[in-house]
Amino acid sequence: MRSIWRTLDAVLLRDVAAVALGAAVTGASFGAISVGSGLPWWMPVLMSLVIFAGGSQFMAVGIVAAGGSPAAAVLAGLVLNARHLPFGLAIGDVLGNGWLARIVGSHLLIDESTAFAMAQKDPSRARAAYWACGVSLFFCWNAGVLIGALAGQAIGDPMTFGLDAAFPAALLALTLPALKDVATRNAALLGAAIALATTPFLPAGVPVLLALAGLFVFKTKKEAPCPSPQS
Amino acid sequence: MPVTAVLILAAGTFAIRLAGPLLRDRVTLPEKVRELLSASATVLLFALVAISALTSGKQFGGWALAIGVVVGGLAAWRKLPFVAVIVLAAATTAGLRLIGVA
Repeated sequence: MRSIWRTLDAVLLRDVAAVALGAAVTGASFGAISVGSGLPWWMPVLMSLVIFAGGSQFMAVGIVAAGGSPAAAVLAGLVLNARHLPFGLAIGDVLGNGWLARIVGSHLLIDESTAFAMAQKDPSRARAAYWACGVSLFFCWNAGVLIGALAGQAIGDPMTFGLDAAFPAALLALTLPALKDVATRNAALLGAAIALATTPFLPAGVPVLLALAGLFVFKTKKEAPCPSPQS
Repeated sequence: MPVTAVLILAAGTFAIRLAGPLLRDRVTLPEKVRELLSASATVLLFALVAISALTSGKQFGGWALAIGVVVGGLAAWRKLPFVAVIVLAAATTAGLRLIGVA
């Protein structure tokens, strides 16, 4: 573990801290919204600890609050979280070996930790970035949710602070280096177009998975040298 | 929201997360497949960016949100620090909402 923290530099830690701070505020709003919808304070806290996937938590609480069945909430949440399977396939080797690293690391597999790992050039940095992001977000998210659940309605709407723009902007910044590769960029643009076009008609989570169809235009590199990423 | 539902969602989500790293261990992947998997993660992340920037529920998410993310994207492209990207995106969206842009 110690070697991981040594690999981290100040810039990476600052970047992770920025995302973690955003997660804390979003978590606080999740706690407040859950309590506001009639759940006991410990319910959003429990959800955040054991599910640890913000999108599916918001969705589950929203479905139940709107009168939907818990079974529907579970199903919708699982569909939304299905993207973590291909994420794990793509970056599974950064978790490290051994059961503990595998189990704890899998629980920390979220959009942000995946994006941070993907944005690094060498494997040891990718591993450090993954763990730093996963652990920081776990603590900040859960602390935020606890505060929000206890403070309740005193927390403002995160939309007022534009926090809903912070998440996609952060993911976009982390994805940009990989998008310099033409084949990847074409696949990503086609995939995003498919996802956007199908969003009005399909349950949340499915359009993102359909984006994988964009890979049909993806060609693996032949002789062309890797475009040198820099950041 | 019964506790059992929370636990089932948690167990299912964890199984999905654990499956990737475990499957990856079982087989040695050829270089081409590894490239494809890496591209697939980028494709998924970018689709997530597009959806969270442009939609809210099943509808258009509003100009304030879209413009905020575009400003953040431009900042990232111009190689501004990551923190600046996030702050610019959020501040743009918040500012636009403040002046009444939906």
